[in-house]
Amino acid sequence: MPVQHPVERHTIAVIADNEPGVLARIVGLFAGRGYNIESLTVAETDADKHLSRFTVVTSGTPMVIEQIKSQLDRLVPVHSVSDMTLGGPHVERELALLKVVGTGEKRVESLRLADVFRAKVIDSTTESFVFEITGATDKVDAFIGILRPLGLVEVSRTGVAAIARGKTPM
Amino acid sequence: MSSVADAARPASQAEMSGSEIILKALVDQGVEYIFGYPGGAVLPIYDAIFQQNALRHILVRQEGGAVHAAEGYARSTGKVGVVLVTSGPGATNAVTGLTDALMDSIPIICLTGQVPTHLIGNDAFQEADTTGITRPCTKHNYLVKDVTQLARVMHEAFHVATSGRPGPVVIDLPKDVLFAKGPYRAPETVRHRSYNPRREPDMARVAEAVDLLVNAKRPIIYGGGGIINSGPEASRLVTDFVRRSGFPCTLTLMGLGAVPAADPHFLGMLGMHGSYEANMAMHDCDVMIAIGSRFDDRVTGRLNAFSPNSRKIHIDIDPSSINKNVRVDVPIIGDVAVTMRALLAEWQRRDPTLDRKAIAAWWERIEQWRGRNCFAFAQGPDIIKPQYAVERLYQLTKDRETYITTEVGQHQMWAAQLYRFEKPNRWMTSGGLGTMGYGLPAAMGVQLAHPDALVVDVAGEASTLMNIQELSTIVQYRLPVKVFILNNRYMGMVRQWQELLHGNRYSESYMDALPDFVKLAEAFGCVGLRCTKPGDLDGVIREMMANGRPTIVDVAVDEKENCFPMIPSGAAHNEMILGPSSDGKPGKPVSEEGMVLV
Ligand SMILES: Cc1ncc(C[n+]2csc(CCOP(=O)(O)OP(=O)(O)O)c2C)c(N)n1
Ligand SMILES: [Mg+2]
Repeated sequence: MPVQHPVERHTIAVIADNEPGVLARIVGLFAGRGYNIESLTVAETDADKHLSRFTVVTSGTPMVIEQIKSQLDRLVPVHSVSDMTLGGPHVERELALLKVVGTGEKRVESLRLADVFRAKVIDSTTESFVFEITGATDKVDAFIGILRPLGLVEVSRTGVAAIARGKTPM
Repeated sequence: MSSVADAARPASQAEMSGSEIILKALVDQGVEYIFGYPGGAVLPIYDAIFQQNALRHILVRQEGGAVHAAEGYARSTGKVGVVLVTSGPGATNAVTGLTDALMDSIPIICLTGQVPTHLIGNDAFQEADTTGITRPCTKHNYLVKDVTQLARVMHEAFHVATSGRPGPVVIDLPKDVLFAKGPYRAPETVRHRSYNPRREPDMARVAEAVDLLVNAKRPIIYGGGGIINSGPEASRLVTDFVRRSGFPCTLTLMGLGAVPAADPHFLGMLGMHGSYEANMAMHDCDVMIAIGSRFDDRVTGRLNAFSPNSRKIHIDIDPSSINKNVRVDVPIIGDVAVTMRALLAEWQRRDPTLDRKAIAAWWERIEQWRGRNCFAFAQGPDIIKPQYAVERLYQLTKDRETYITTEVGQHQMWAAQLYRFEKPNRWMTSGGLGTMGYGLPAAMGVQLAHPDALVVDVAGEASTLMNIQELSTIVQYRLPVKVFILNNRYMGMVRQWQELLHGNRYSESYMDALPDFVKLAEAFGCVGLRCTKPGDLDGVIREMMANGRPTIVDVAVDEKENCFPMIPSGAAHNEMILGPSSDGKPGKPVSEEGMVLV
């Protein structure tokens, strides 16, 4: 019997040239080789050097994760690939904007819970709020779960941004 | 570019048009030939070609042929093959060849025309999203929208195509950029920001590898196309290692010629249609060193039964090839030549005492497997066996400087099994993609690079028809290419699988209404020869070799012959099916899991 390897979830940071088509290369690589993308965030992080940082949350067996990293590293515009999950302590955050519609008791309750989760109200009408919450994925998940019965109608999330703890840069 | 840099530019560097920049860059990169086909979007480049003599343009008859010709040129010389095609259909016709080059790690630069920048995205006439279409089938691609970047991109493309694991690079060129004026930069001034793959191995790993090798009792060397790509020095070093160690060596389809076939340590090709001894030795070895090979599914057979009891060393320049299909114990990232030099030095430093007794016993077992004579065939008096045709071709051409290309199918496997390659770069075949129609245009590229050599495309009749138009190119440039057709009137490999997997239902695998290949050759201005009797074969081959002209030889071979030995899909190396003439019993039928594999 072949040994069944466990599926692991890894957060991978990629620094690449900010040029047309890089995102397509990375996404195409995942699609073409059947890898999983749980979340993907990207933005230019160094305008002078035209570098972007991608944070990909993916899952697979250790062998597949290793493949994903080597395949990413093989892309010509990619400068470096680092596995945050293996690389030691790091922090992960994502931001979500949540629209909750309702009046009366539910509305008050959502506001009270937002306070508990340290979410901010960034827009309000007499019948709705937009909350902004920042935190690790499970915290955002938990907040979304709690808001659902309280009139949550729309969710927009950024996906994970991650960085290693300590003084050494990637 | 900043004004300071502008001021620093020597006055002699006058601005040039985009087309001129392209040609200058090609010349500075040492290019001799461009394989291409014109069209509206690339006319400015063709106009520039017309006005110079440094580069020779070879006009193919279909863009697909251009890429395969460039592949043949590249694989037989170790240089980059250059292709020029127009936008839209020109570019899409090149896609198969690009994919082929990607799979077989062949360095190609493909220049594609594009509609002018301001029309991109407008569904303009002959517009295709070439960078989008070719992203997954190139090593890298560029869309150059600014003529000031053109020289840099050209040189960068050569760097990308040739360094690390080689591959095809597309440069998409909007027509306005070809007319625009810009500065030229010499190759030395360009350094890639992010892509500089490492060539030197980690010495600690090399030492670990030697630890395993010197203690091996049942070692095997499993070499691949990476040895060829690394250059002739790599083949020399691997051969040196084979001889110093006395270890048995097998090569993949892409690696043939890396170690001379005449060397007694050579067990033949491995894999699906490889030799019995090579596959059995792979299965039973205790230490395997994979050199520039990638554990492709045609080589490994059923993965969970692949060489179950061995410790594995893997040398490859491409980190993504390591631990992709098979877990290895000692991964070494590095160029084959550089790594083998280091490994040999370490080997000599230790001056190891090997377990001679165990290794002699191992060789004894291998000799028993060899004794099964797995490639044996019975040539009768009437019908030519395809194996016999390849065997005679080999015997009669081996003393000449000969280059062999192939199409795809049974004939390809027979050529790989029975033609013996003593040197690298003499064997051009579509291994990874298995592209029918590769061999004829590839032979054209090989012949251009080696005008005095004998270049033979060992072909099947079905494959030959896939790029038959290139006979016209061959005639135009007076290339004495030989197309040696093993004509079984079937898509033989398809028929073989239908026999194996689909109850002999020959669905669409018989080629009805085949052309008369002799007349076809003559219609193109080539020589056409036919051979139907075993006794006539030598004479026909000699005539083909002597006439100095492009020639099709239509060899009528046994229609029913199948290619053995064979590891059926989903089976393990030690479950090989041997042919009726070799000394063995038939294998098991194909499993259900095996049926779904290709
Ligand atoms: C472009 C392309 N289409 C289809 C195939 C599938 N295929 C593999 S071998 C083969 C038959 C080849 O026939 P022929 O050239 O006569 O060679 P033979 O096997 O008879 O020697 C086919 C159709 C392929 N490899 N390439
Ligand atoms: Mg055939």
